[in-house]
Amino acid sequence: MSLSKHLRSAITEEMDHHGGPRAAMLESLRMIQQEHGWVSDEHLEEAATLLGVTTAEIEDVATFYSLIFRQPVGEKVILLCDGASCYLNGAEDVRDAVMKRLGIGFGQTTPDGKYTLINICCVGGCDHAPAGVIGRNRKLVGPLTPETIDEILGEDAK
Amino acid sequence: MSRIRIIVNGETREVEEGQDILSACTHQGVEIPHFCWHDALGSVGACRLCAVRVHSGPEDAEGKIEMACMTPVADGQRIEVADAEAEEMRAHVIEWLMRSHPHDCAVCEEGGACHLQDMTVATGHRTRRYDGPKRTHRNQDLGPLLTHEMNRCIACYRCVRFYRHYAGGRDLDVMGAHDRVYFGRYEDGPLESPFAGNLAEVCPTGVFNDKGWSKDYARKWDMTATPSICSQCSVGCNIFAAERGGRLRRLQNRYNGEVNGHFLCDKGRFGALHLPDGARLSGPRVRGLDVSAQEAITAARTALERGAVAIGSPRATLETNFALRQLVGPDRFFAGLPDLEAQTVARMAGLLARHGAPSLAELERCDAALVLGEDLTGTAPRAALSLRQTARNASDALAAEKGVPKWLNNAAQVAGEGRKSPIALVTMLPDALDDVAAWSMRRAPEDIAAFGQAVAAAIRGERADAEATAIASALQAAERPAVLSGFGLARPEVVDAVAAIAEALGEKTRLYLFPPEVNSMGLALMQAQGLERAFEALEAGKAETALIAEADLFERADSLLVDRLFEAAKEVVVLDSYATRTTARASITIPCADWAEAAGTVVNHEGRAQRRFAAYPGAPAAAWRTLASLSDTLSGWATVDDVLAELGQALPHLAPARDAAPSVTFRTPLGKIARANWRFSGRTAHDQAGGIVRDAERADPDSALAFSMEGTHGAGAPPALRTGYDVPGLHSASAAPYLTDANGGHLQEGDPGISVLAGFQGPDAAPALPAMERGMRPVPLHDPFAGDEIGRRADYLAKRCPPAQVMLHPADAKRLHLKAGDLATVDGLHAEAEIVISDAMPEHHVGLSAGRVAPRSLSRIVKIGRQG
Amino acid sequence: MSAEQPLTGRARPDRRPHTLKEWRKLGGYDAVERGLKTMTPEEVLDTVAAANLNGRGGAGFPAATKWRFMPKPGEAPGDGPSYFIVNGDEMEPGAFKDRILLEAVPHQLIEGAILAAYATHASEIIVLIRDAYRDAIANMTRAIAEAEKAGYLGKNVLGSGFDVKMWVHPSAGRYIVGEETALIEALEGKRAVPRKRPPFPAQSGLWGRPTTVNNVETVSCVSHIVGNGAQWFRALSKTEEGGTKVFGVSGRVNKPQIIEAPMGTTAAELIERAGGVSGTGVLRCFQPGGGASGFLEPAEADIPLDFAHVAKAGSMFGTGTMIVLDESACPVGVIARHMAFYARESCGWCTPCRDGLPWVAEIMARLERGEGRMEDLEVLRDTVEIAGPRGRTFCDLMGGAMSPLGTGLARFGDLFEAHVREGCCPIARDYGRAAA
Ligand SMILES: Cc1cc2nc3c(=O)[nH]c(=O)nc-3n(C[C@H](O)[C@H](O)[C@H](O)COP(=O)(O)O)c2cc1C
Ligand code: SF4
Ligand code: FES
Repeated sequence: MSLSKHLRSAITEEMDHHGGPRAAMLESLRMIQQEHGWVSDEHLEEAATLLGVTTAEIEDVATFYSLIFRQPVGEKVILLCDGASCYLNGAEDVRDAVMKRLGIGFGQTTPDGKYTLINICCVGGCDHAPAGVIGRNRKLVGPLTPETIDEILGEDAK
Repeated sequence: MSRIRIIVNGETREVEEGQDILSACTHQGVEIPHFCWHDALGSVGACRLCAVRVHSGPEDAEGKIEMACMTPVADGQRIEVADAEAEEMRAHVIEWLMRSHPHDCAVCEEGGACHLQDMTVATGHRTRRYDGPKRTHRNQDLGPLLTHEMNRCIACYRCVRFYRHYAGGRDLDVMGAHDRVYFGRYEDGPLESPFAGNLAEVCPTGVFNDKGWSKDYARKWDMTATPSICSQCSVGCNIFAAERGGRLRRLQNRYNGEVNGHFLCDKGRFGALHLPDGARLSGPRVRGLDVSAQEAITAARTALERGAVAIGSPRATLETNFALRQLVGPDRFFAGLPDLEAQTVARMAGLLARHGAPSLAELERCDAALVLGEDLTGTAPRAALSLRQTARNASDALAAEKGVPKWLNNAAQVAGEGRKSPIALVTMLPDALDDVAAWSMRRAPEDIAAFGQAVAAAIRGERADAEATAIASALQAAERPAVLSGFGLARPEVVDAVAAIAEALGEKTRLYLFPPEVNSMGLALMQAQGLERAFEALEAGKAETALIAEADLFERADSLLVDRLFEAAKEVVVLDSYATRTTARASITIPCADWAEAAGTVVNHEGRAQRRFAAYPGAPAAAWRTLASLSDTLSGWATVDDVLAELGQALPHLAPARDAAPSVTFRTPLGKIARANWRFSGRTAHDQAGGIVRDAERADPDSALAFSMEGTHGAGAPPALRTGYDVPGLHSASAAPYLTDANGGHLQEGDPGISVLAGFQGPDAAPALPAMERGMRPVPLHDPFAGDEIGRRADYLAKRCPPAQVMLHPADAKRLHLKAGDLATVDGLHAEAEIVISDAMPEHHVGLSAGRVAPRSLSRIVKIGRQG
Repeated sequence: MSAEQPLTGRARPDRRPHTLKEWRKLGGYDAVERGLKTMTPEEVLDTVAAANLNGRGGAGFPAATKWRFMPKPGEAPGDGPSYFIVNGDEMEPGAFKDRILLEAVPHQLIEGAILAAYATHASEIIVLIRDAYRDAIANMTRAIAEAEKAGYLGKNVLGSGFDVKMWVHPSAGRYIVGEETALIEALEGKRAVPRKRPPFPAQSGLWGRPTTVNNVETVSCVSHIVGNGAQWFRALSKTEEGGTKVFGVSGRVNKPQIIEAPMGTTAAELIERAGGVSGTGVLRCFQPGGGASGFLEPAEADIPLDFAHVAKAGSMFGTGTMIVLDESACPVGVIARHMAFYARESCGWCTPCRDGLPWVAEIMARLERGEGRMEDLEVLRDTVEIAGPRGRTFCDLMGGAMSPLGTGLARFGDLFEAHVREGCCPIARDYGRAAA
């Protein structure tokens, strides 16, 4: 599937902003991901062509930043904080509970494509520790407990 | 910049201000371990290996551990390399780097000539404390020229810095982050840059290596190294030819501060290597029959006695061309080229003699440039790489205004705000240098000279169009403007246009004119007329025999013309190392040494005579030697020295060529200079048991070099005879900077080569292009991966080279009913080529891959058709 | 507006940001009017200097001193604008103070940024915000649009002749983006690999142009300083360093939270206000300024928290967001988390950080599992000693990582050894796994 018309024009528009095509690469990747959840090879290649940069150049930044996903992710991306404050408040019990429930580890997606679990550094939710951010809009959740993970996973995870 | 004093390891040294400590020490011969610093790429502070203690002055008793590469030198500064804390830091950096490095030195191509190994040994890292899992990567197939073994990577970032920033490549990059950084392409596939091969030397460990060498591998210390000159274009890059068992294994850069610095192009590095079986001309033949060498010589002598013309070659050395000339006399000596080319190159030589012929190093210091007509990347790639550096000077100047020195490489790039020196490219097709040009102008071949004349007029203050005026004022405003052109379009009038610009700009002009081949300039300096004159002599009955050395005439001249020779000559005697279309039609053929098998002198685009030497013993004799045996008058020629002495008498401007390298009688206190490594013993001796012979039995009369390991090594030899860098403890290309006087500077004892232009008077004007009727005009197309007539056959390079092309404008293609991808025929020529249709091609012109589809100068309208 | 809490006092408990109209009613943009209409850029700068405003992003560098490096219009070589960048990356473990300032009081930040840009002759303001702060990104973007519409941003702001643009740039993730020169690289669309300093950003910053980078909290202080004067700002503090501080208290406390309090407030006081130590209720140690600050112990809980005092105690005030450990929390476990974090977040440019930290992280994990060896401690000590001092690595990430490890080894060496000797975490054995 190729990029939608409005994404294509958003990408070319970005180029006229600041710094030209180079500076627009990262923003293009973010926009693609916002729409598709992740950045596929096909979309990356298309963005490169639109921007007049090489695939190597765009992959250089795409693979540097941790929140550009170059692999398909589930419908809901769960980013669990593994920072110290969360750790001190039982993050690992929450982590274990989520992993057990979903049957996946960090960096994995459930076979049904519903969830992807990723560890992330401190999400700025230390006052809600253990915390995480969920979904495309990165909603902050916490304090989590092994007992309340159903709430963040939603109904389908039961 | 002024000289200041620093104290290094207790010794006071005078150094140039404005550089970093690591550079200053390196050129003083003081070793500071390093990885990411590179003489040509500057400092980026990534590896942290160059830690030293720096005391800012006499009062600073404690000092501070600093990265030598990131710290500027300052007057009175005291630097301790052997400081205990600095040593500890360096040892740990190695320990960290070796954490995931595979212990595969036993099978690694780089082994024994590896900067990582050298640094590891130098810092005393012996035992391994890390016992966790090693990081591993997937390797990529980077095409036919280079290997990729990412597990060996130590993340010095040299590869991407060279490939992207220095050479302008865009398909290699760094990916990932933290301890999983990866240097490669987006996906498998050949590296696009024609300078990618340099990665094999830029990489301080074994990630990138020469694939051909890897397949036909020998350890560095098991190979001999011979100083040589690349034969693939007129730049004449200095190379080391590495050989084992009578086979060339690889070519590497040999530092020459004026010519190639640290870098070669891929055509030079991989061309003329790994030739397929059968490429060589097999034994002597007379009229189709295999004969003995003596029989062939006798037959040739007889043929010469019937009256002969001799036809020289821009591929052959001064010695061979001069032997031809002496055999038949100057009036019967002709260039194996159409007159158009012979006279144009002579005109170039004359202009360079008059205006001065600056080096590529000087080009990199220019502050404006105009390229008129020449596809520099196609015809003289190494020069294009230099021009790319020229483009950065404006950026570096702005950075300097902000107090950011050029050597602080990444910072200077940012501070320079992407400013470019004014460079104008006036070419027929989109150009590989367009990304650094301020003006990228496309013109049909016949309009290019006119544009050049308009620029000249504008400089003289006459009216001209807006673009010509703008370019003229940029050149005028510059302190060191460069004007570049060549024979790439095969249009002589372009050279006259360049002459007009140089004349108008005056003394400050840096003039660059690139003739097509390695010794085009040398041949022109011998004042030989073109092939047409040779045919006329044959046709007029002034001679019956044509004697040709090292030239496939079909390569350089229209076959309709060359056919005349075979019709007019009763006997055609050809000396060559390779089987060519010309040897196939000769009546007498005699094999001779190729470029790597015999000593000889060639003259590059700047009129620099340079000597190359035989890379191994036992090859057929140099062509000049066989030629000398064809006449009793030349029997006094025992060595190249003798030939060049006589050449100097006959053509005084060429007299200095004799000093392009020390005489064959030169000896160091240790005797000759050894081609074989110190370590060329042990296992080598063992597996060569019985095959090792004393050097006396493998004499090389034409050099002061020994084939054995006896004698002087590397740095102890005069620069033109160096067989290596020979810096204690260092075994890789990273040793070169220790022998130079500055970053990108001269070899401390001077860069090899000597100018032979002085006093040469060329023709006053370039020859006129013959008038052509209406129709499809041929234009040569150049490809950086297309070697010369020999290099094109080199296995690995040939795989990298795109198919030969016949390029047409869409309107012409439509008119001729041709489609892209069709196989084309060009009337009178036999090459296979693919039709390429491009808007960029001017209408009524047809681009023909030079040498492959048609000779580079073809002065007639051609008919294009579809094959089959 | 509460006098003691100028920065957070106006924030609503649910963090719903004010509209411009609401903000104006609370005195918003008065300082901008005052600054732009009645003061020269130099006067604004001098006022901030007199206020002793130290950068709140970690290093505590005086804001005005940094601003003075910015060239006046026409004085910088090259062509193009000067930039003022607000650093809202906030990814340090334990740091969550900028979030509230971005989410709840975006207009306060805009005010400060306009004044800062005015003082530094910058005509473009960029706010970089980490990707996970989506509300902050949205609220900031909306507030900027409002301010622009009202003429606080744009051409000839308030008739002062000062032109300034402002926009938000969301980061694509990675802690190193917060390092100011890496941030600039990220804005240029490159890998966020730090730059060498010098040249400092004021000499050659974003696209080679003069640039200043300040933390969200630093910038948020500026309108208060200009509005109320330097003396007022200094009087907010209990120490020499001006202002209040948006502290954070997290880890083993009963009510982890953001607390705006005078500069110089003690850890004991803050922990008290955060509901006291949780778990066993007995304080074992704390990191006063986020994950990159060294450990302090109960005896040091009464020192005034500001940059100078904390540095003197052998730690770093950093972001002022403390992480608290009670008796049942194991510092080795906390350090292990930190090391895994720093190893993962290294940009991969320089060797000690790229290859040294993963090794340290592996060892810490092994120690925690009870599989450590005495030789491992040797490697840890070596790494601290070799890579810890400033200048050994390209940027301060590695140095930051070495502070908890170095102070941990120095203060809790026995505990490290006990992990090896006993083949397990003795604290976990005695108190159970790290759960409050
Ligand atoms: C690894 C690293 C990460 C950093 N992350 C942040 C950050 O997230 N936010 C921040 O304001 N400063 C961060 N800093 C500090 C910045 O480099 C810079 O000093 C600061 O933004 C300047 O603002 P200030 O002077 O107002 O404190 C970081 C520094 C380092 C070395
Ligand atoms: S210390 Fe070095 S590798 Fe680590 S983040 Fe800084 S520059 Fe990158
Ligand atoms: S050579 Fe100095 S840091 Fe690499």
